[in-house]
Amino acid sequence: MQPLLKVDNLVKYYPVRKSARAKDKIAAIDGVSLSIAPQTTLALVGESGSGKSSLALCIACLEPPTSGSIWFEGIDIAALDENQQRLLRPQIQLVFQDPASSLNPRWTALEIVSEPFLVQPRFTQQERDNKTLQLLDRVAIPRKLASRRPDELSGGQKQRLAIARALALEPKLIILDEALSALDCSVQAQISNLLFELQSSLGLSYLFITHDFAMAAHLADQIAVMHRGRIVESGPPEKILSSPNHEATRSLLAATPRLSESPSELVHF
Amino acid sequence: MTPLLEVKNLHVSYSVRAGEVCPALAGVHFDVRPEEILGVLGESGSGKSTLAASLLRLLPSNGKIQQGSALFEGHNLLESSSRDLRKIRGGRIGLIFQEPSSSLHPSLQVGQQVSDVLTAHETLNRRALAEKTSQLLASVFPIDTERISRSYPHELSGGQRQRVLIAQAIACGPSLVIADEPTASLDPTTQQEILQLFFALRQKFGLAIILITHNPALLADLADRILVLYAGRVAEIGPSAQVLSSPRHPYTAALLRCLPSNLAERQIVRKPRLHVIPGDPPDLSLHRSGCQFEPRCTERMEVCKSNAPAAALVSELHDVACFKFAG
Repeated sequence: MQPLLKVDNLVKYYPVRKSARAKDKIAAIDGVSLSIAPQTTLALVGESGSGKSSLALCIACLEPPTSGSIWFEGIDIAALDENQQRLLRPQIQLVFQDPASSLNPRWTALEIVSEPFLVQPRFTQQERDNKTLQLLDRVAIPRKLASRRPDELSGGQKQRLAIARALALEPKLIILDEALSALDCSVQAQISNLLFELQSSLGLSYLFITHDFAMAAHLADQIAVMHRGRIVESGPPEKILSSPNHEATRSLLAATPRLSESPSELVHF
Repeated sequence: MTPLLEVKNLHVSYSVRAGEVCPALAGVHFDVRPEEILGVLGESGSGKSTLAASLLRLLPSNGKIQQGSALFEGHNLLESSSRDLRKIRGGRIGLIFQEPSSSLHPSLQVGQQVSDVLTAHETLNRRALAEKTSQLLASVFPIDTERISRSYPHELSGGQRQRVLIAQAIACGPSLVIADEPTASLDPTTQQEILQLFFALRQKFGLAIILITHNPALLADLADRILVLYAGRVAEIGPSAQVLSSPRHPYTAALLRCLPSNLAERQIVRKPRLHVIPGDPPDLSLHRSGCQFEPRCTERMEVCKSNAPAAALVSELHDVACFKFAG
């Protein structure tokens, strides 16, 4: 099957601002290749500073890569000009870690979720309103909350709102950049179930960026471990967890806090 | 053993809108023993940060301690004068907040910021001050101490900034450190390092630590006892291994079942759904009677609707506030 997204030898340099020589550069992404099949989830796991978020920004056409190519449904999106990218961006949407800082505090839930329709005008006012309400239903936000502002919603509800906004333009790929990390355990469970549900009903692919190995293993079909701008190991979760090859993977696994017994088998009186 | 801190029947409320009072803590009761790590486990809105703030009397202006006592080294913290409190805060009780970048002064070198804590509590000459500061920094930064001491907060990583806060918290040799989500914004490797540092400092300085978190897995290897907070009430308190491996309170059990399964024992079944706790956390401003967890509880009984359960001892050191164990 043709992959939905195929990243080929991608490189992203950032200039070093403090350096005396203008030529000094930091390689945030240093030759990364990966691919995501339709309707699957790739988890990108790595420490802070390993280049995960830079990669996300390149794939979302928000940062131009230094070299390499990003094939999305057979088109090299890194080579497109700004106008062509704008047509493509609805297909690839982002959800960030902290919903509080990615939602406009002065807008109502309804306004936030309907904003993509204004940016990419396709529908009449009537259609927009209907679609927005349907999106709220999709992410299980009660309609009576539609007129609330972000600070009147819980952390889980805010993240649902960010997901609804990402769904508005019917994307094929959603990049979840630490989208669960800021949430309570019980809310993480709710949102991860919602992500599964949306994936199977809408046929979405996810790029799930995280440093939580347990959640990555739970959500993903494939895991790629990133370390210093490179992917050092990738494969299905069972394989990465049972026989990690690279030192970076082993140290991340060792640092993942865990309970000694499987919580599903907890004794329950 | 005499407890180091003994909190009894603590009630704290916030006035939200005119005349409307929201109880954030209702009858919280626990103690902390010397050199003990007590994990406080709770989700957003459970009152865990309110607990930390009220012990040091740092509640925002709309927060009010309504009743209760908190005995610490012979003082009732809830009734201490502001003069006594100044000595206790930072002197006898260290406090570490979640976001290290917002608790440090952006334009002072971090070495200076650590020595400022010492100056506030002790009279030291310049030489002794410099020496003690560098000792403190060396206890959290075994290598590169000198360079870090002269750095500004923005030049340090999140983990390094958190270490600076720890150095500040232990500067005056406190007997208790309260850490509110100290590792929430760190990646797992750094998180592990910081937790190990807490463990080492406890041994070295004989500290008791109250570690507040929403992540049960963090407490597994670290805490001696765990206090589970739900809706401003202690649901369960007991030895860490017992609470995590055989939780007695239905809320604790439900919370632990929400976690993705253990890495080593991941089932081959693709994409299993995670357990969720049905319903939402209660709106505390409604002042509903009965057990706060009752609407979401899968084992509720008739009595849970009308009466609030008192803590019942289920085994040695293990208290559970649930009618399943009462009487």
